Amino acid sequence: MKGLKAVLQNAEKKVLGVSSEEVKIESYRLKGGEHDSISSLKELDEYEGELLAAGIDPEEKGRSGSFLQQDHSVVFAKSLIPGLEILSTEEAIKKHSWLDEYLWNIVPADKDIYTKEVAERPTQGYFLRAEKGTKITLPLQSCLFISKDRIRQNVHNIVIAEENSELNIITGCTVAHTVSEALHLGISEFYVKKNAKITFTMVHNWSGGVDVRPRSATLIEDNGVFISNYIFMTPVKSLQMYPTAICAGENSRASFQSIIYAHGNTNIDSGSRIVLQGKGSRGEIISRAIATDDARIIAKGDLVGEAENVRGHLECRGLMLSDSSMIESIPELKARRKNIDLSHEAAVGKIAEEEIRYLMARGFTEDEAVGMIIRGFLSIDIKGLPEGLARETKKMFDMTLEKVM
Amino acid sequence: MLEIQNLSVEVGGKRILNDLNLHIGEGEVHVLFGANGSGKTTLFLTILGFPGYNVVEGKIDFKGVDITEFNITDRVKLGMGVSFQHPPEIRGVKLGDVVEQLLERRGGGDAKALARKLNLSEEFLSRDLNLGFSGGEVKRSEILQLLAQNPDFFMFDEPDSGVDVENVELLGGITNEMLERDRRPSKRQKSALIISHIGYILNYIKADRAHVLLDGRIACSGMTEEIYNHILNEGFEGCVAKCGKEGVRCEF
Repeated sequence: MKGLKAVLQNAEKKVLGVSSEEVKIESYRLKGGEHDSISSLKELDEYEGELLAAGIDPEEKGRSGSFLQQDHSVVFAKSLIPGLEILSTEEAIKKHSWLDEYLWNIVPADKDIYTKEVAERPTQGYFLRAEKGTKITLPLQSCLFISKDRIRQNVHNIVIAEENSELNIITGCTVAHTVSEALHLGISEFYVKKNAKITFTMVHNWSGGVDVRPRSATLIEDNGVFISNYIFMTPVKSLQMYPTAICAGENSRASFQSIIYAHGNTNIDSGSRIVLQGKGSRGEIISRAIATDDARIIAKGDLVGEAENVRGHLECRGLMLSDSSMIESIPELKARRKNIDLSHEAAVGKIAEEEIRYLMARGFTEDEAVGMIIRGFLSIDIKGLPEGLARETKKMFDMTLEKVM
Repeated sequence: MLEIQNLSVEVGGKRILNDLNLHIGEGEVHVLFGANGSGKTTLFLTILGFPGYNVVEGKIDFKGVDITEFNITDRVKLGMGVSFQHPPEIRGVKLGDVVEQLLERRGGGDAKALARKLNLSEEFLSRDLNLGFSGGEVKRSEILQLLAQNPDFFMFDEPDSGVDVENVELLGGITNEMLERDRRPSKRQKSALIISHIGYILNYIKADRAHVLLDGRIACSGMTEEIYNHILNEGFEGCVAKCGKEGVRCEF
């Protein structure tokens, strides 16, 4: 019986794993992260590798604008297209008195110790806005970059797509290779107005000593569309996030797709939630998670149906590549109306031997076969992206995969 | 091309093949008949080098090289190509990408043109390998990959099971072409082993020799038509009655 108790306690500890550990915020510094503005992203050539890995093109080719925050300073913010605003959050608050209504509106300031910290001691963040009727298909790039050791980055981001507008964002969070430890707290509030659309493609390119706590939410009005793509391929000390999209408007749509390749000692507790509040709204959550080495992944998904005729689907697939790694897949469906259609599929397993053998029977080596299978497993068709962005996303994905395999 | 001598194979500690001998010369196509459980698939996977198929006696020479200890990849690189009966579904790996890579290995080629030959659309090339393929699509996809690979020695495991008559005709025609059956016998360089419970495919592929596998050994060998007719008339049991005696291999 004693043995059983130990097993149970141990199991409980494992389940609590990542999320129960709070980061000691005070151990990271708020000072010493100031930098001068730059007039071109090319000035950061010493960090070119880090920026490229996060999807940032220093030449700004095919971009509608760029934003770059280094540690605590917004060093670059420029829009190349009329109707697109790119500012630091601080500047935006000064410029738009109405912005008050958008700050801490869908992410409550007192949600947890991290939101409280950012509310009390914000260190910038981005403000991105497409004006009414402005459809910007060229992606804008934004980057939150940590270049100083032991820094605490407390950003608050606001993204607004006004009525009938469209905004495509590639955002990269990245860290200089010289940084051994850091903390990134990122609050993001997205507003998709009537008939507007945001696609948000985020690449996390952290390193093994960084703690990351994003807290984000999206509010979608009538016929609005929000598409979030998330790519995680480099190690992190710990990452915990549960972005929520609220489909408040009629026929609004939200989609989360995440690709997670966790290796080393990475600890990830990540999920996506869609609350279907508007009549006829739709939600889709798709995640692919690979755990190897000693990595631990908790992959969650939550679909909440609260209105008539809503439909949601959740798909979590996990692949285990080592015996010392862990994946927990937790799909949840919550229905609060009778006329509702929510579904989920979840599967966790290893690479099937017969798949490897099959590819070897075509003359591929065992390593090549495993590589093809992993690549295939992670390659979800990212729908709804303009062609240029789809190409960029694929490039980013291939590049990171190349690096880790 | 392929020379199997005194081959005995165990799977999971159980003897499946027993002192089996088979010689397939250059340019020859052989058919291997046998009832379910006779060891056909074991022989197929042993020639291919699947782990778990333990050669306890004998050896396999391929193109004059003893490949008994080779892994799958090395055997295939030496010029072997196979068509599986039940290939696994591989999510996210596109058929077209595999075909492209196989063609690249030979210095390039047009995947779409090959697909068209098999009545497969461009859209089909973008599908995940074997995921949701119908019986006929599986066979055509396997043949498509073989076309791209262009090996010297082919093995087909039940190439006509689950395929409608129209498709069998199409596959038969293309397979004949792949195996250079349209050339004079002396000009043929491609060899093959076709494993068949007993199927229509033989109406389309002219095989040089046929063998009947019985209890892990080759019980009869001979001209394809004679063996085929014999099995059609008397079943595998007829072969057992005639040739099933201990260690005897009868020639038709």
